[in-house]
Amino acid sequence: MSIDDSAAPRIARRRPYLSWLALVVVLVLIVGAIRSVANNPYIDWSVTRQYLFNDQVLTGVWMTVRLAVISMLLGIVLGILVGLARLSRNRPLAQVAASFILLIRGVPVLVQLLIWGNIGLFVQTVKIGVPFTPIEFWSSPANDLIVPFVAATIGLALHEAAYMAEIIRSGVLSVDRGQSEAAAALGMRPGRIMRRIVLPQALRVMIPPTGNQFVTLVKGTSLVSVIAGGDLLTQTQNIAATSYRIIEMLAVATFWYLVLVGLAGALQVVLERWAGKGHTR
Amino acid sequence: MNQQDPIIEARDIHKSFGQVTVLTGVDLEVWPGEVVCLMGASGSGKTTLLRMMNHLETPDRGTIRVGGDLMGYRLHKGRLHELSPSRVADQRRQIGMVFQHFNLFGHKTVLENVIEAPVGVLGLRRSAAIERAQDLLAKVGMHERADAYPAQLSGGQKQRVAIARALAMEPKVMLFDEPTSALDPELVGGVLAVMRELAASGMTMVVVTHEVGFARGVADRIVLMSDGVIVESGPPDEVLDRPRHERTRRFLSAMR
Repeated sequence: MSIDDSAAPRIARRRPYLSWLALVVVLVLIVGAIRSVANNPYIDWSVTRQYLFNDQVLTGVWMTVRLAVISMLLGIVLGILVGLARLSRNRPLAQVAASFILLIRGVPVLVQLLIWGNIGLFVQTVKIGVPFTPIEFWSSPANDLIVPFVAATIGLALHEAAYMAEIIRSGVLSVDRGQSEAAAALGMRPGRIMRRIVLPQALRVMIPPTGNQFVTLVKGTSLVSVIAGGDLLTQTQNIAATSYRIIEMLAVATFWYLVLVGLAGALQVVLERWAGKGHTR
Repeated sequence: MNQQDPIIEARDIHKSFGQVTVLTGVDLEVWPGEVVCLMGASGSGKTTLLRMMNHLETPDRGTIRVGGDLMGYRLHKGRLHELSPSRVADQRRQIGMVFQHFNLFGHKTVLENVIEAPVGVLGLRRSAAIERAQDLLAKVGMHERADAYPAQLSGGQKQRVAIARALAMEPKVMLFDEPTSALDPELVGGVLAVMRELAASGMTMVVVTHEVGFARGVADRIVLMSDGVIVESGPPDEVLDRPRHERTRRFLSAMR
């Protein structure tokens, strides 16, 4: 056997016949599913189209956006506090933070929302004053204060805070100890080291899971329909209840949730690019 | 404080990490303008001693004074009271430190790394800090990379920026923790050249190093540590060429 030294043997790539076959099967299944839904005689798509930009639906979309954004912002602020408390060298403080996280993560958010929504059943008045004394500066009947929107926001924000606290903790721990040592050696004080050196670098690690949290939260707002939160799902369900167009209205909700989640995803990409400054792989 | 006082004064330093004893009664003085090289096998306690000089490590017993300040403590009625983290931070302003792994701030450019503390800690105007930074970056040969991020630099370049960053605080003394140990061999020379120049300018320096050539050429004094104590201390030719102790001889032969 002789080998021709003048030309290197050509490479014959493997042909992935099985992958092509699998692709064809999947495509056939997808097209079939779309056809069966699109041409389904029990779904009147004109109703879906008619309600897509209905005022009541848009009010619901707006409420869902507000709930998600406000809960997220409150959750981030509270989450930073709880996350840093959890990392604190002050043992009791770290313990309190850990217990908060355990409690909030241990109870389904649906149950928490129901508790906040029904808080008037066991709390008559909300007061601000000196504990264990009759002194009070301000008080309000719980039912007037904790309206469904407030109950929904508290429930979602607390839930968000517990998860954000863990994201922030893991982000801070991901920053090399040498970074804070170098900052300390330059005479920077602890608060400044955290703000200027550690948190900005933790951000890069924190953004992807935070984006996921936000997407989960946008969809999670649908749970507030159990306390008549006025969100997208509440509104479409209300319309469905009177028009009996259940599937058509669920399709309206599906459309808007996909739009909102798509926007959140785009925002995440922008943020990741911004926070990845100075980082090359 | 007058010229006769040491700028660093370590007294009876003891330290152990759990079961491992690292320092057992170390006394050391460093005088203004002096370049002291701390040498010794790994595990001899030299890095721990250096890190104590700006209170990144706390002694179990003993005291360290830098520029007259009792590092990390306040002496009151015969007891040492721990200072708050902010007071310790204030004490560290007068001490520059360069780390084995550079520890440049990854999210900031070279220039931003150098001006961060002068602006944030000393309260320098940004423009003044930039001017100072540009001077220092020129001195370490990094002025052309002022807008680069650390990830875009070689190890040697990072270390030279780290030196500029420490100098921007105008410290009274500079601490170097194995500044060339993490570098590729061909990059060591550039960093040592910058340190040589700094020594020639009169800066007080304490350098933990394995570079015998650098120590011989630049150090006023070599302090050799072994098993948590100082075994030998003196001018380079004395310690390197006429070591009095067996442990010194063993260490030096291992270095070659």
